[in-house]
Amino acid sequence: MMAGGFQRSAPVPDPCPGALLEACDIEKSFPGVRVLDGVSLDVRAGEVHVLFGENGAGKSTLVNIILGNYAPEGGTVRFDGKVLPAGSPRAARDAGISVVFQELSLIPTLSACANIFLGREKRQSALLDEGAMSREAAAIFARLGIAIDPQAPVAGLSRAEQQMVEIAKALQNDPRLLILDEPTTAFTDVETQRLFAIVAELKRLGVGIIYITHRMAEIQAIGDRISILRDGRRIATKLVSETDEDELIQLMTGRETLNVYPTIAFKPADEAIALEGASAASGRFQNVSISVRAGEIVGIAGLVGCGKSAVGRSLFGEERLAAGQVKLFGKSLRSPSPQSMLDAGVVYLPPDRRRQGLVLNRSVRENATLSCLNLRSFAFGQWLRKKSEDDAVQRVLNRLNLSPPLLDRNVSAYSGGNQQKVVFARAFLRETKVLIVDEPTVGVDVGARLEFYGILKQLCEAGAAILLISSDLPEILHLTHRTYVLAFGRQTAEFQQEEISEAAILSSFFAVGRKEGDIKTGAAA
Amino acid sequence: MTPLQQISRPAQPFALRRVADRMLSRLKTTGIISVLVLVVFAFFAVANSRFTNSNNLINILNQSSYLMIVSLGQGLVLISGGFDLAVAALLGLTSVVSATLMIALAANGVDLPLAIAISVACGLSVGLILGMVNGVAVAYLNVPSFIVTLGIAGIAAGAGYQISGGAPVTGLPEDFIAVFGTPDLRSISTSVYIAVLFAVALHLTMTRTRAGRYIYAVGGNPVAARLSGINVRRHIVLVFITSGMLASLAGILLSARVSTGDTNLGGNFVLQSITAGVLGGISLRGGEGTLFGAALGALFIAVLSNGMNLENISSYYQMIILGGLLVLAVLAEQLRLLISGRR
Repeated sequence: MMAGGFQRSAPVPDPCPGALLEACDIEKSFPGVRVLDGVSLDVRAGEVHVLFGENGAGKSTLVNIILGNYAPEGGTVRFDGKVLPAGSPRAARDAGISVVFQELSLIPTLSACANIFLGREKRQSALLDEGAMSREAAAIFARLGIAIDPQAPVAGLSRAEQQMVEIAKALQNDPRLLILDEPTTAFTDVETQRLFAIVAELKRLGVGIIYITHRMAEIQAIGDRISILRDGRRIATKLVSETDEDELIQLMTGRETLNVYPTIAFKPADEAIALEGASAASGRFQNVSISVRAGEIVGIAGLVGCGKSAVGRSLFGEERLAAGQVKLFGKSLRSPSPQSMLDAGVVYLPPDRRRQGLVLNRSVRENATLSCLNLRSFAFGQWLRKKSEDDAVQRVLNRLNLSPPLLDRNVSAYSGGNQQKVVFARAFLRETKVLIVDEPTVGVDVGARLEFYGILKQLCEAGAAILLISSDLPEILHLTHRTYVLAFGRQTAEFQQEEISEAAILSSFFAVGRKEGDIKTGAAA
Repeated sequence: MTPLQQISRPAQPFALRRVADRMLSRLKTTGIISVLVLVVFAFFAVANSRFTNSNNLINILNQSSYLMIVSLGQGLVLISGGFDLAVAALLGLTSVVSATLMIALAANGVDLPLAIAISVACGLSVGLILGMVNGVAVAYLNVPSFIVTLGIAGIAAGAGYQISGGAPVTGLPEDFIAVFGTPDLRSISTSVYIAVLFAVALHLTMTRTRAGRYIYAVGGNPVAARLSGINVRRHIVLVFITSGMLASLAGILLSARVSTGDTNLGGNFVLQSITAGVLGGISLRGGEGTLFGAALGALFIAVLSNGMNLENISSYYQMIILGGLLVLAVLAEQLRLLISGRR
C-alpha cells in the first residue's frame, strides 16, 4: 500500500492537439441510464494511459465507442487528427486500433494460429498460406516470450495461455493504439511481467496504449497518465508519478478510503472442512491435505493451472477424487455433491462467473437466490415467496452497491464487476458455515472489494471457516491467517500468518522441479 | 452471449438499431405473439364472413387445444435447453394403444368405465415410459435430445403400426367419445378445458415454484445450476416425462374427437409445437420464454390454419407457410440477440 498525502487537485490537462487519439465530449445513454456524460480523453503516441474507475463508471462503454462498436450520441473520436466515423468497427480497425478484452473472444476448436489470423488470413492465390501464418504466429509468440505451439487448439491451452494468444492476436496487425482491458486477470506475476515488457517495447515504437485495470501495482508499474471516471464523467487526469493509491481511490469512489484490507480477528475453533491425502481423478492435483478451522481464513496460492481451483471444487463435491477424502465437521463424506454440501452450509463461489456462476439470460433476482431457494424464507415447499425474496435480494445488493439496482434485469446486461456482486450475494443469502471462494475479486472495483472483504470478516468472526483461493497475492497476504501454496498439482508449502510474505510465497511457486512440465503450467516456464 | 463477445459482429446504423431493438425486444415477452394472434384473427374476420361464425370459433378452440397441450410439453423441453421430436409419434402410439386396448377389453365383457380407465391409464403410461427413456438418455448418458427423441419417435411409430396393423382402429365406445371428446361437433370439447387447465397450472409452476426456476436455470446454464445445488438431471428427466405424458394426453383426447386410434394422428405436431414455442418467445438456446407464450403460439397456428382452410389454401401450402414461420421466428430471435447483445 502506498502511503502519503493527497496531491491537491492539479489542473486537469486538456486534450492536447496532436495527440494520437482524442475523444471529445463523448455522450452515450442506454435506456434509463446515462453512461457517458461529456467525457474527453486523449492518448499520446508512446504513452500508457490508464483508465480507472468503479464497475459501471463507463470505462467499457468509452472503449467500445473508440472501437466503433457503439455510436455515441454526442462528441467525436479523432485518430491521428482525422475524425473516425461513429459506430464503424471496421474504420477503427483499419486505422490501427486493437483491443484485448478481459473476456476471451477465441474460438476454442481452432488453433492458436487460426485464431490470431481469423478474418485476416494470409493467402497464396485461393489457398490459405498456412506456412506463412504459422511462422508469423511463432514469431509473435517468441516476441511475447511464450512457448505455445501455433497449431495447438486453443481449447487445450490454459487460461493464461489463451490470454497470451488474445494479446498475440491484437499485436498481429501492428496496432498504433492498443487497448488492454484488464489483460492480467488470468495472469500471475511472472506472466504479468512479460506483458509489461511487451508494453514497454510498444511504447518505444510509439504505440499509444489505453490500459484498464483495478490493480494499483500495475498502475504504478507501467502507467504514464491516468484518467479517473466516475458516474460517466471524467473526474481527473493525472500523471501517475504525481498521484498515489489513496488519492486514486478517493477520486474513484468519491470517498476517502485508507485501507481496503480489514484486519480479521483470529479465533480458530474446531476443524470445519478438510481434504486428506487427496488426489483428483482428473490428475489436476496429487496428495493434497489441507484443513480449515471455524473462525479461520485460509488461503491457497499458486500459479494459474497449479490445481488450486480443482482443490476448491473437490471440497464442494464438484471434482471427483481418486484417493483421499473430504471431511466436514470431523465426519468423512462418502460422495459429496454440490447439493449435499450446500445443505450442510458450505457455499462455493466459482472463479468463472459467466460459465460457472451465473445463468446469464435470467434476472439478477433469480441468479442471486438460485442456490438458496430451498430455504424456508424463500420458498414454502415448492411455492416461491417472491416478496421476501425481493426484500432480501434488494437489501443485499444495495449493500454491495449493484448499479443500477434493477432486480428484473438480465445479469448479462451488467458489467463483469457487477455480475460478481450478484455472485457474492449468495454468500449473504444463506447461513454460511464454510465459504470457499475462488478468485473472488477479479475485475471487481475497490468499492465492491471493500464490501466483499467486509463479508469475509463478518463471516469469519462469526465463526465461519473460509477458504480463499486467489492469484491476487496482496489479497492472500493481507487477509489470510494461514496459506497453502500449490505448484504443479502438489502442495509445496504452508505459511502461518506471521510468515506469509510475498517473497516466500513466490519462491514456493516453483518449489517442485520443472521436470513435471507435463502438467499445464500456464506460461510460467 | 455477452456484450463483449459480440463486439466483432458487423455494425448497424444507430437509429435503426434503436428502433429495431425496441420492436424486437418485445419478441421475448408474450406481447408480440398476442399481437400476432389478434392480427391474424382480424385479418380472417374481415376476409371471410364464415370465420367469425360461432361454430367456427368453437371449432378453432377445439382444434387448437390438442396442439396447445403438446406445445406446453414441447415448450417445457425447449426452456430446459432440449428438443422433443417424439411428441407426434408418442401421441400416435398412445392413440393406437388405448384404442386397441379399450375395444379388446370391452369386447371381453369388462365393465365399460373400467375398460376406459384402464386404457387411458395405459395410454398415459406410454408417454410416461418413453418420456422417461428420453429424459434418462439425455440427462444421464449425455446423448443430445435431438438424437434420442428422434430415435424414440421412430420406435414409437413402428410400434404403433405394428399394433394397429397399419390401419386406423375404429369402433371406440360412445361413452369414451362423449367424455373425452364432444357430445356433438358444435360444442366445446373436453380437450379445451384440459388445455386451459394445464396452461394455467404449468405457467404457474414455471413462474411461481422452485421447480420452474430450476428448469429455467438448467436451460440457461447447467453448470451454474449444478453448482447452485440443483439436481440438474432430475429436472431434465422431469421435463421429458411431462412432455411425453402431455403428448399422450393429447393422443387420448384426439382419438376421442376423431373416434379412431391412429398412428398418424400426431401429424405435423413436431414442427407445429416447436413453431408455437418459438413464436411464443421461447429461445432455442434454453432458459428463456414462457409457457403462456407457447400456448398463445399454438392458438396462433390454429387460427392461421383454420383461416387458410376457409380460404381453400391447400394443406401443402400450409406446411410451407408453417415451416417458413418457424425459420422466420428463429431468425427474428437471432436478430434480437444480435442487437440487444450489442448494447
